Amino acid sequence: MSEATLYFIQQLINGLTIGSAYALIAIGYTMVYGIIGMINFAHGEIYMIGAYTALIAITGLATLGIAWLPLILIVALVCAMIVSSAMGWAVERVAYRPVRGRHRLIPLISAIGMSIFLQNYVHLAQGSRNIGFPLLIDGGIQFGSEATFQAQISYMQITVFLTTLVCMTLLSLFISRSRIGRACRAVSQDLGMANLLGIDTNRIISATFVIGAALAAVAGLLLGMYYGSIDPLFGFIAGLKAFTAAVLGGIGSIPGAMLGGLILGVSESMTSGYLSGEYKDVVSFGLLILILLFKPTGLLGKPEVEKI
Amino acid sequence: MAAHNLKHALFCAFITVIISYPILGLNLIAQGTSVTLEGATTATVVNVFLAAVAVFLFQLFRDNIMGVFGRVPNLNPLAKRGPVSQEKRLLMERVFFVAIILLALVWPFIVSRGAVDLATLVLIYIMLALGLNVVVGLAGLLDLGYVAFYAVGAYTFALLSQYFGISFWLALPIGALLAALFGFVLGFPVLRLRGDYLAIVTLGFGEIIRILLNNWTTLTGGPNGIGGIPDPTLFGMEFGRRVKEEGNVSFHETFGIAYSGEHKVIFLYLIALVLAIFTLLVIRRFMRMPVGRAWEALREDEIAARSLGMSRTAVKLSAFTIGAFFAGFAGTVFASKQGFISPESFVFLESAIILAIVVLGGMGSQVGVILAAIAVTILPELAREFSEYRMLIFGAAMVLMMVWRPQGLLPMRRIQIELKEQG
Repeated sequence: MSEATLYFIQQLINGLTIGSAYALIAIGYTMVYGIIGMINFAHGEIYMIGAYTALIAITGLATLGIAWLPLILIVALVCAMIVSSAMGWAVERVAYRPVRGRHRLIPLISAIGMSIFLQNYVHLAQGSRNIGFPLLIDGGIQFGSEATFQAQISYMQITVFLTTLVCMTLLSLFISRSRIGRACRAVSQDLGMANLLGIDTNRIISATFVIGAALAAVAGLLLGMYYGSIDPLFGFIAGLKAFTAAVLGGIGSIPGAMLGGLILGVSESMTSGYLSGEYKDVVSFGLLILILLFKPTGLLGKPEVEKI
Repeated sequence: MAAHNLKHALFCAFITVIISYPILGLNLIAQGTSVTLEGATTATVVNVFLAAVAVFLFQLFRDNIMGVFGRVPNLNPLAKRGPVSQEKRLLMERVFFVAIILLALVWPFIVSRGAVDLATLVLIYIMLALGLNVVVGLAGLLDLGYVAFYAVGAYTFALLSQYFGISFWLALPIGALLAALFGFVLGFPVLRLRGDYLAIVTLGFGEIIRILLNNWTTLTGGPNGIGGIPDPTLFGMEFGRRVKEEGNVSFHETFGIAYSGEHKVIFLYLIALVLAIFTLLVIRRFMRMPVGRAWEALREDEIAARSLGMSRTAVKLSAFTIGAFFAGFAGTVFASKQGFISPESFVFLESAIILAIVVLGGMGSQVGVILAAIAVTILPELAREFSEYRMLIFGAAMVLMMVWRPQGLLPMRRIQIELKEQG
């Protein structure tokens, strides 16, 4: 393979890695939007808290002298998921449930307040400096000749792919097979009607927040390890990106969020690979603005009919 | 006490421990490349425990506590008072504005230099908040990228003075008009969007502007910013010790008084005051003009307003442009006050602070917004310990306001005409 092709493949791999993590975060936005029609602005912060908890767990295990990698990863993952889910549940309870059903902007402002609150909560508790994530999984598979350019899939990237794949499969099974999943689908179709038919909608809405937060925590661990450092502000941009992914794929649609995440990740890594890394955020925000302007329903979304 | 309540309360207390202990109780300490974990002080752990107990008790006796709260407003002596009459309210508002302007006029001559500087900052925030109040409070368009227009104003002045040597007075209208133009151009496509999408698009726009300022190093100096922004002059009189530009004279020599660094600070403060009053009066006029009524009508019910023949784009666009115009105003004053600007001053947090001011003050209410701008800017300066927790408290306050009092502390009252019964 020529050098240019290898370079392209490398960008593609990087993009798909980041994109699959974005997709995990985007699920949280899209499920919440699908059910109660609000943008959960604090979702990026939930993801950041997941990353912090995972790092705390990893460091704690290292202090205890445990070095068996699978155990470390599983404990970190479980801890992050528990804390983030609890946070997601609490945020919904405190900031969103009391304002549900009011004018559209009121839950959004409440969510922005929550986002600022959580950012500063972690900032005050853990300091504002970025903290290094230990390199747990290193090495990778190289291909291409050593003389010119070598593309590489690192084991870390494979971990990100596989974990995302497992999570997405479990989520799809959960949504399509389980009782709560069926209730979720019913509630997202018609909240009032589902309520009349005896579904405890408050419980389902809580469950949505918990599922979204748990997936965000997985993304927090993965991206924390992938980037190698975290700080209290890193949830904000990632949250915005994931929201872009959700909108790109069609907000409210779960397969759309997966597709949107991958497209966004690839377009971002192509920008940093071929243009300049500084402008990759401009590209994703520009993409967001363009989609909202020209195709607000996204790629796989259903058009929203405004009823009077 | 029902068993259900007990179970729920226990669950809530448990959740409280889960969300607070790992983050508050276990601190990550970075030393070089290695990270270690350190347990927090006993006080923090005790606090986490107390918080859990408080949540438990609150959830257990929730119904009783809420019942007590429900009776509290009856204790409030103002609750039973009927609405203040139209004339009286207008009079009160007028008295308030006159009093606060009088206080603002004597302020620089009775306090220290630092306090005047702070007051200038308060005035800048008042301008910004009054401008955003038009967009969010009156027109009901949530603009999360408002700081972008502020940045346009500030950078316009900085760049014009750097490349063309243009003075503050010329840059002021140019900066404001350019910001308004940005608002117009951005508003044109995006105002078709529904409320929450609009919020995200404006947020994205604000970030794009900041990233461009940060990376367009050849023009804006990137993260290093632009320094040496000139001070405003008074009819060609400069406030420095020595005259910088040829042909100008200095203020202290013209009037034959000793040089003092305070003159400049006070002059800048007075400019900001005049501009803030200008902003206040102009927006007050707008609110009573047909366009102001149209903003509110569209906010209250878009479909009804449109079916009455209002042009959605024109009405929204006018609010957006006017809001941007005053942000540009404030930006120029800010650049001149600091003498140095960098993209650091125009982050999303700044937009969030201005939004918090508008939300706390009561969307649409000018008195409320002014009081909130004063409070939000001055409180962190008064209590240094408070400033660390400033954003934490703002965030919490925004949530609490939305839950309990979405109309703000001093909600807006519409001017109305009462028909008197003919005898």
